[in-house]
Parts: sequence; structure tokens; C-alpha cells
Amino acid sequence: MNALKNPRLLGMLAVVIVLAAAPIFFAEQNYAMRVVTVGMCAAIAVYGLNIILGFTGQLSLAQGGFFGIGAYGVGLLTTDFDWSFWSAFIVTIIGTAAVGYLCGLIALRTKDEYFAIFTMAIGFIIFLVISRWESVTHAHSGVNNVKFPEGGGIIDFESPVAMFYLVFVILLICIYVTHAIRRSSVGRTLLTIRTSEDLADAIGVRVGFSKQLAFAASAVLGGIGGGLYATVVGFIGPDSASIDKTFEFLMFILVGGMGTVAGPLLGSMIVTFLFELFQDFQAYRFIVLGPIIVALVIFAPRGIIGYLGGIVDRRSRKQKIAEARRTADGASPEYDTAKSGTVTSGIDPEETK
Amino acid sequence: MTLFIQQLFNGLALGGVYCLAAIGLTLVFGVLRIPNLAHGALYMLGAYLTYFFLTTIGVPYIAAIGIAAIMLFVVGVGLERLVFHPLRNSPHTHHMIAAVGAMFFFQALAQAIWGADFRRMDTPITGELRILGAEISAQRIVIIVVAVIVLALLAWFIKRSIHGQTIEAIEQDRVGASLVGINPSMVSMLTLGLSALLATIAAGLVAPINLLSPTMGDALNLKVFAIIILGGLGSLPGAIVGGFALAIAETMTATYISSGVGEAVAFIVLVAVLAIKPTGLFTKAVQR
Repeated sequence: MNALKNPRLLGMLAVVIVLAAAPIFFAEQNYAMRVVTVGMCAAIAVYGLNIILGFTGQLSLAQGGFFGIGAYGVGLLTTDFDWSFWSAFIVTIIGTAAVGYLCGLIALRTKDEYFAIFTMAIGFIIFLVISRWESVTHAHSGVNNVKFPEGGGIIDFESPVAMFYLVFVILLICIYVTHAIRRSSVGRTLLTIRTSEDLADAIGVRVGFSKQLAFAASAVLGGIGGGLYATVVGFIGPDSASIDKTFEFLMFILVGGMGTVAGPLLGSMIVTFLFELFQDFQAYRFIVLGPIIVALVIFAPRGIIGYLGGIVDRRSRKQKIAEARRTADGASPEYDTAKSGTVTSGIDPEETK
Repeated sequence: MTLFIQQLFNGLALGGVYCLAAIGLTLVFGVLRIPNLAHGALYMLGAYLTYFFLTTIGVPYIAAIGIAAIMLFVVGVGLERLVFHPLRNSPHTHHMIAAVGAMFFFQALAQAIWGADFRRMDTPITGELRILGAEISAQRIVIIVVAVIVLALLAWFIKRSIHGQTIEAIEQDRVGASLVGINPSMVSMLTLGLSALLATIAAGLVAPINLLSPTMGDALNLKVFAIIILGGLGSLPGAIVGGFALAIAETMTATYISSGVGEAVAFIVLVAVLAIKPTGLFTKAVQR
């Protein structure tokens, strides 16, 4: 019952239900289904970015590279090596975890701007390897006919609706994981690092190790998103690992709201829709979208969910204060000051949600 | 040996271009404390404007670069006013994201005006020079000479002129500089304009050798960032040394190993340096 009173949970449920019901309306339109499914693949990678950028406050620009590793891992293993999708998928996830961990070992020695530029270099090296190593990755001819997941005779993943629900379920798991991280001590550790690394270090948080974990986790989610993208689209080229992908993800997370649970999903869906809307203009779409990104960062840096969350927080704070006043009538004065003191204090634990 | 000298001059010419682009970026970092990810897009825009004035309008080569550079100075000032100034108190991730937005805007704009196809800008400077048996195209010599002159002028401007000295003062201590009457906003505008101007000179010089395309700034962007990280963010000598070192390493590996390695060498060096010394080679103590 308590859960129903939580507007955040209700909002999240609404988004999820709308998305789950999407195939009912679009089942006949394969193109629309595909667009939404690809958008959800990107959303998974954006959840990865959310862990390192939103929670930990480190701008990683290698996410597109990890997405590309995921896509090419699944793509190459299922075609050139003729593995089944599931085994390729699992091996790819383990692979991206390993690559992410190793990159993190060096990348996390750097801080702030150095970290951002360094991860951008990592992303670019991944892109160069994929686009130049012709004997393995086929360079610009890309990988064709990536296998569909095997349904074991029960589900036929060649139908767009089945594929949609596969990605949807994995996306839900990612959302739950994000929520769980947010709630756990790990999440609080990461938020402390975002607030101040020196402070976190001083109070005994293992800064290096936590950042390492966050970076590896973000790489894994990037890999999962990429792997699913490969099987959904069926054809992948080097541009699936390009730096533009990273910037797209950045835009998704920015529109939705960094460090929120629902933000990446909502942002991915809205921006994917905008991209489709400007489809006719192809590359010119950034004449409009570029200034939108800038305006968002300047005027609404917390994104849609951050903005809505702010309204919810203010309302609940008012309620709490009103409640405190009401109870204070009968209570002792000490209790009154203590209660309203905690409610109106500057540091609001819910603020960052 | 002839090949080596040939490549050495190619490397020096490329190094001049990298230096001009990198110095602007490192100045911006020193003053505004932000890595301007849109720098490559400014470079691209400069190349296209030079192309426009040279081939469409028909002004002489050097004048075309000059006009384009002045126009880009205005663009740089506008970028500071409209994008970076409102974000001056935000967390550092926000600048970078906004810069990315600006970068996409410039690329789309160039594509809308000039199309996505590669364009070739014919150099008005033809002919070759024979140095120690190697044939060096006059364009490359022009690049090296102009780069050295511009670098010397810039050094004079920053060390001797009053406006240049304000840049250095702000770099050293923002609060202290504003206390003695230097306006940080003006200096920020000047610095971003100057960096766009330098990038345009670099682009105008190298455009006859390379092809023009709306995404031509991307590869340069990454390399220039590699250079200023190697040299230490905000360090001018670091940018100059890093620029020439990287360009020569690049042309040499491209000649003697393979072109793919040549393209990646910047990042391999970058990874190696940061793995050993995470704050760059020439970093001075940076106060925040």
C-alpha cells in the first residue's frame, strides 16, 4: 500500500506498462517495432552510462566502444564461428566485463577531464580496431546475418514481437539492478564519490575499487546492449562502435536525467522518437538537436525525471513539514525542533533520485 | 635516407598544424578550466570558410585564411557567451556535454551548407623544393614557416601585450586576477576567440593537403586532446613539444610500419603515458 503512494514508483510503472503494451498497437508495423526495440537496446547501454556518470559522477566516453564490442562479439561469434546466440551472448558479456575491467585499471588512475578524454581515446581505439582489422571484423563491409536467439522450439525470435519482449525483459532486469544499486550501500558509496572523492576517501570508502566496479558494470551493460542490438538489427557496421554512439547515449541520459532510475529509459525513448521525427533531415537533424542539447544542459541539467523528482520532493517536504507542525501541537518543544530540523535540513537524501 | 627526410618534413608540417590547434585548446583549458570538445568542429568550420572565400569568392589564399580566422574569432566569442558562460558554475561534465551539442550543431551546419561529400581545395601555392635530395612541396614549407611565425606572434602576444598578459594572469589565479581589475569574462571570450582563430589558421594551412568533410575535425579533435594531455593540460610548451613529437611519430610509423598504426599511434602513446604518469608529462601544479 505504501508503494502506491510513491509517485516515482507509479511513474516508473506507468512508463513500463506503456512500453509493455506497445506491441499491441504496433504489432503490424515491423518498422515501428524495430525502432522501439533498437531504442531499448540503447537504453540498456545508457543504464550502464548511468552507473558511471549518473551515480559515480565520472564522464566515461568509452560507452560507444563497449557497445561496439558487444555488437561485434555477438555478431562475429554467431556468423564466422557459427556459435549459437546464447553462448555467444554470454561469452561476449564476460568479454566486455574483462575489457572494461582492464581499461578501468588504467583509466581510473586519471581524474576529471583527464578521465573523460582518456576514455574517449579508449572508445576511439576500439573503433579503430573494429574499422581497420579487416581480416577479423570485415572492416567497412560489416557483419551480415547475425543469428536470431534460439527459442528452443517454444518461442520464435524471428518475429519482431518476440524480439521486443526479449529486449524488454532484459531491460527490466537492468532497471531493477539500477534500482537495487541505488538503494544498496554500493549505490550510496558511489554517490559519495560523486559528491566528493576526497571526502569519500577520508571516511573510509574504497574509492579506487568502487570506481573500478562501477566502470566494469557500465561496460557490461554497454556490452549487453550492443549484443542485443546486433541480433535485433541483424547487420552491424563499424559505426555501431563510433564516438557518435557515445554522444547519442549522452544525449539520452541527459534528456531523461542523470543518476535517476527511470531517466535513461525515458530519455532513450523520447530522443529515439525525436530522431525518427527528424529522419527526413538525416544529418541535418543536429542543427535542431545540437542547440537542444546545449539548452538542456544550461536550463534543465537534471533532465525530465530530475525535474519531476524535484516537484515530488518539494511536495513531500511540504507534507512532512505540515505533518510535523500538526504533531508538534501536542508534543514537547524539543521534539518539534528536532523533527522540523531533519525535514528542512539542507542535505536531502532524496534530492539526487 | 631521402624517404626519411621527406617524411621528416611531412611530420614537421603536420606538427605545425597540430601545434596551432593544440595551443588554442590548451589556452582555453588554462583559462576556462574546460576541455572544449567542440574544438575540432571549429577547425572544420575554419577549413570550410577558407575554402568558401578562396574558391567561391575568389580572394587570395592568405587573405582567405585571414578573413576566415576573423570570422571564427567571432564564432568562438559567441560560443563562450552562449554556451560556456552560462555553465561556468556547473559540474565539469556539463561543459563537455554542451560542447558536444555545439560540435554536432557545427557539423550539421557545414553539412547543410556544403554537403557531406569530400571536397578538395586546390592550393594556389605550387612547386617543389629540393632539400637534401628529397622533394618537398612548397605548401608544406609554407605550413612550417607560417606555423613558426604565428607561434612567435602568439608568444609575443601572451608574454608582452597587455591583453595577452591578462590571459596568463587568469590562468595563474582567477580570483587574484579579478581582484586586480581583470575581467574574467572578457578574458574568457578573448581566449575562446583566439583558440578558434588559431584552429582556423591551422585548418586553412592544411586544407590543400587533406580533403574537406564535415567530420574532418573528429580525428583532429582526438589527436589534439592526446597532445595536450601528453603536454599537460594548460601548458603551452607542452602543447608545442607534444604537437611536433606526435606528428613526427605519426608520419614515421605510418611510413615504416602501416597507416593504421600511424593513425592509432597518438592513442597508444597517450595510453602508455597516462598509465605511467596520470597527469601528463609537463604538468605544472594546477590550482583549483
